[in-house]
Amino acid sequence: MWQGRFAVASLIVVALLASLSMCAVGGGRENQLEVYSWWTGPGEEEGLNAMAKEYERENPGVTFVNAAVSGGAGSNAKAILASRLLANDPPDSYQRHAGLELLDDVRSGKVQDLSSLYDQQHWRDVFPKGLLENLTINGKVYAVPVNIHRANLMWYLPSTLKSLGIDAPPKTWGEFLSQAEIIKSKGKTPLAIGPEWTQKHLLETVLLGELGPDDYEKLFAGQISWTSPDVEAALGVYAKVLQYTDLKAAAGDWQTQLDRVVQGSAVYAVMGDWTANYLEGVKKLAYESGYNVVASPGTDGIYDFLSDSFTLPTGARHPDLSRDWLIECGSTEGQNLFNPLKGSIPARTDADATIYKGYLSWALAQWRNPKTRIVGSLTHGVVANNAYNAEIDSALGLFVQHADPVRFADTVQAKYRETQ
Amino acid sequence: MTATHVPRHAQAPTRPVYTPPPPPKRRKRHGPRWLPGLLLVSPSLILIGIFVYGFLGWNVRVSFTNWRGLSPSYHSVGFDNYVNLFKDDRFRGDIRNLIVFTVVFVAGSMVLGFVMAMLLDKGVRGEGFFRGVYLFPMAISFIATAIIWRWLLDNGSGADTAGLNKLFSDVGLGFLRSDWHKSDSIFAIAAVALPAGWALSGYVMALFLAGMRSVPETLRESARLDGASELQVFWYVVRPMLRPITFSVVLIMLHISLKTFDLLYAIDQGNLRIDTPSLYMWFTTFDGGFYDRGATIATVLLLGVALVVGPYVWYSLRTEKR
Repeated sequence: MWQGRFAVASLIVVALLASLSMCAVGGGRENQLEVYSWWTGPGEEEGLNAMAKEYERENPGVTFVNAAVSGGAGSNAKAILASRLLANDPPDSYQRHAGLELLDDVRSGKVQDLSSLYDQQHWRDVFPKGLLENLTINGKVYAVPVNIHRANLMWYLPSTLKSLGIDAPPKTWGEFLSQAEIIKSKGKTPLAIGPEWTQKHLLETVLLGELGPDDYEKLFAGQISWTSPDVEAALGVYAKVLQYTDLKAAAGDWQTQLDRVVQGSAVYAVMGDWTANYLEGVKKLAYESGYNVVASPGTDGIYDFLSDSFTLPTGARHPDLSRDWLIECGSTEGQNLFNPLKGSIPARTDADATIYKGYLSWALAQWRNPKTRIVGSLTHGVVANNAYNAEIDSALGLFVQHADPVRFADTVQAKYRETQ
Repeated sequence: MTATHVPRHAQAPTRPVYTPPPPPKRRKRHGPRWLPGLLLVSPSLILIGIFVYGFLGWNVRVSFTNWRGLSPSYHSVGFDNYVNLFKDDRFRGDIRNLIVFTVVFVAGSMVLGFVMAMLLDKGVRGEGFFRGVYLFPMAISFIATAIIWRWLLDNGSGADTAGLNKLFSDVGLGFLRSDWHKSDSIFAIAAVALPAGWALSGYVMALFLAGMRSVPETLRESARLDGASELQVFWYVVRPMLRPITFSVVLIMLHISLKTFDLLYAIDQGNLRIDTPSLYMWFTTFDGGFYDRGATIATVLLLGVALVVGPYVWYSLRTEKR
């Protein structure tokens, strides 16, 4: 009999030990800064590590814990983060796209107001006005932007254009459509496209090009209806543009989308400026001679931006360390360490411009030009909250099947009302 | 004769007089008989109770609320979520896709698995090798399978032709070229049943093979002696004995099919032609923060799986009793 009791007793001991070790996983130690991001790709990971090293040097005795989650362009990371935030177990700082992607966090009280930190660090003087406007939610700022990417860009190879006898990339979407007819007759794809989010990316650039920056902002602020004639006309243009893409055989990812341009089977691709890093680093093409880039049709002088930013979560275990990290993120040194590696430009307008070469030097000049109009990206979370954005995903997924702009406009307008 | 003389046989142990053994001492019981058993299973009962049934109930509860975003809300909205869900164009498409996928995937992998099992059962040389080869795809994660098949099912044309289409055109079967899961047809999702079936038909084969092997040879022998042809042996002897296994296979495949997520997620994200309720559940919950809608989809899926598994449990309970 005693063997049986012994077995039961040992089982209980094992169970207790197991639960003990589970408890140990949770608690963070003193002097550890846990930073949560989705920066695991080439370039961005090195950039994050460079900032982490600098942070550890400036804050001796503090260990930087990189809690990055890879995959799905941040969608996996966001799902895990949601469960941590719901359990009120936030990291010391986490990554979000600047803008309305943070709205839910703000409304649910998951992040702290950083207005005083902005005043203390004089960040309001060094970030452009258009960026600050998009960062502000109900009069307060909740995130510190590290980098700036541009979304409204059209990439191409000069050699392909030359072989087709096209002088310059199109200035408007109307011009694109007439060029596309010629390109198609020569057996090439006028515009390469990828999975659903790249289709949304294209939608936002067509809307921006056709409506102009003011109406684009009003549309997402709810001051113009999706069912208004102008917007429906722009959606009609989008439907026409889609007919000149390889939508039916869309690439599996944005890299393969660009590969078709590099191989010359497609002529143009609309994509954000992370493309430059890919074309220069992986494809070994030189800016301007190997590949070239212009603002997407109708958006010259407009900077459709997105920005990775960091937050101070409510209930962070080490708020002081978090604050130091945010200061690092917003500092000239931090931004200059990160951005050349990631292939983006610093959000600050006073960072040293000479270390940004090739495409980045052009982008930086555009960003700092006071005449440049800054608007926020839809696909990358600046002008639409998460709920609205996800509903647009569903509607767009159906739109590329039925191609009916009126039905799409009706759906999105209804969803706008439901998700505010 | 001395008194000290002891005869040798006297040294032998005396045979004990038989005494009936004492009545077994009643073990002291501190409680009813079923208690130790219950105590033994209680840890897993409690864990399953909390982590399966508790959360299941919680999920059902959330499906009746208006919880959106990071602030949980338990305000009841009745059946609104269910009504809205069945009005949702995306969800209706998802249901249709799921039915197409399930029919093609389950039927396809069953036929394929059954044929492979029959071939192996006939005694191929190197059976172990083939068994391994057919089973291996199951060992690969669905994500990896999807990455491979994403390329195999590429539908580029002209210079961009790749994958299966390239194979077809290289061996002169160019007319088989297909747009696979990117075609305009509402049956596009059937193409994804290909990788799913590829991954799981080996498993079906293993189940059927085990079933066929359990048919006693003597039964087949006696049928043959009675003059049955091989076809008749199969139809009248083997087939009836495979019925329970077929039943299990159908149910296992059905519920795998209803829950398929990772394969579809990785093969073409956001392509609504291959969208299913499980994908919609994930995207709407974690991208959009529609916890109420996600929970509603989960509940509908649960009911779907219950409809499938319920008869199975009932059937196996009934056969076990017999």
